[in-house]
Amino acid sequence: MHHEQVMDTCFSITMNGKSLQVRAGTTVAVAIVQSGSLSRHSVLGEPRQPLCGMGICYECRAQIDDLLHQKTCQILCRPGMKVATE
Amino acid sequence: MTESFDLIVVGAGPGGLAAAATAAEAGMRVCIVDDNPTCGGQIWRGTAGEESTKGTATKWLERVRDRVSVRSGWTAVDSVTGLGKWRGTLRTERDAQTRDICYSALVLATGARELFLPFPGWTLPGVYGAGGLQAFVKSGLDVSGKRIVVAGTGPLLLAVSAGLTYAGARIVAIVEQAPLSRLARFSLSLLWGHAGKLIEGAGYGWSTRGIPYLTGEWVNEASGDGHVQSVTVTSGSRVRDFKTDMLAIGFHLIANIELARLLNCVVETGFVCVDSMQQTSVKGIYCVGEATGIGGIEKALLEGQIAGFAAAGRLDRAKEMAAARDRRMRFARRLNSTFALRTELRTLARDETIVCRCEDVPNGSLRDCRTWREAKLHTRCGMGPCQGRICGPATQFLYGWDSPQPRPPLFPTDVSVLAEQWKEDARSSGIMATTES
Repeated sequence: MHHEQVMDTCFSITMNGKSLQVRAGTTVAVAIVQSGSLSRHSVLGEPRQPLCGMGICYECRAQIDDLLHQKTCQILCRPGMKVATE
Repeated sequence: MTESFDLIVVGAGPGGLAAAATAAEAGMRVCIVDDNPTCGGQIWRGTAGEESTKGTATKWLERVRDRVSVRSGWTAVDSVTGLGKWRGTLRTERDAQTRDICYSALVLATGARELFLPFPGWTLPGVYGAGGLQAFVKSGLDVSGKRIVVAGTGPLLLAVSAGLTYAGARIVAIVEQAPLSRLARFSLSLLWGHAGKLIEGAGYGWSTRGIPYLTGEWVNEASGDGHVQSVTVTSGSRVRDFKTDMLAIGFHLIANIELARLLNCVVETGFVCVDSMQQTSVKGIYCVGEATGIGGIEKALLEGQIAGFAAAGRLDRAKEMAAARDRRMRFARRLNSTFALRTELRTLARDETIVCRCEDVPNGSLRDCRTWREAKLHTRCGMGPCQGRICGPATQFLYGWDSPQPRPPLFPTDVSVLAEQWKEDARSSGIMATTES
């Protein structure tokens, strides 16, 4: 009831080898959080997840298809996209 | 082929959209470059909630749609001046591809980001920026049933709490570091000529009713096993714990001024200096919105229109809006002094608390450094991919260090983007070539 979604279409992406259903309009960073994954481990091995949500902090960076270190909070999920976190 | 436009606007939030639409309607060929997947900036992101601003957003988006070339998902990584007959050239990047775009005039509408201050536990998963969590929810994150503490400072905390409540979350508490006495004075001053803002504030009050609004208190620790599970809140004397699933925390906003500084625009106290026509210290380069002073949508829209008219040579139209803009600016100044940061926040980070998240630099290793540069050289603070955008402002608050002049590329880019030659050797020569093929 809280969400009046105009485009309520869902599709699947691959998150670390596993299939994940996402709604159209979902950013990759949100897909990472929603899947319970970490976005990365820090240089000392701490678990990290996205922080700023607006393309500044780079905590959300991950590999999307062939491109490394993508700012996932500024990229929308596309059907069939392959996301790999560190 | 190098593309060229009369005007490039960097940033597609309210200020950028207003500048682009206004200039295009005045006959300029205009391009917008924005690093987000869709136009609207942070404030007009997504469609969930925000009924009050949806109409305004739609109006401006429609005015831009058919008249302006929109480059969403493209990041401005560098700019040089004096290329051929153009005032400057902007280098943009997306998916490791480069596009250089020439401009006669440039509008910087680069907006603001949240100020993050380090405290024990702030790097735990489940700790998000306040505006950050709002952005995630607007980008599809499901927070229904989640317990959330919203903390830090600024009017954004109320807007975020309202949005999260609307999305089904349970706000455990709103923790505002500013003392009630200052907030109360601000509420009173709102009555003088800013009824619209007061109503906006009251609107948030309605949807956040029943939620504890703690003033003069702050989070001094977040803890949990691999994910935040509780936060400790203090008023200096009293300490209490709250169980929570998430912490949304931000210490008001700071301007994104990196591109302005790269272009040698004068910046004072963290904001880009502009004249009454929104022109920066560099001729033909304008700045609008949060980057000139944190002041919200109405100020950004007015400044955007003024810059759009001024860039198009319609100074008469620009001047008509100056008084309204000045009123907004005065409001912004009062707002920002209300949420001035208390000195206790400087003492939250312990020796082992991470300050630079990219390079995991602990606070203790920074104590002996005298400058930002020294910290970079000795500890790698600010040397990671965010290029000091998070820890730079934090150390400015903690240690009073100045952040250094930004260097290209403004964001980490693919090597191929860096290797790309500027068409004509613009960086080193002042030659005014007149041909462009």
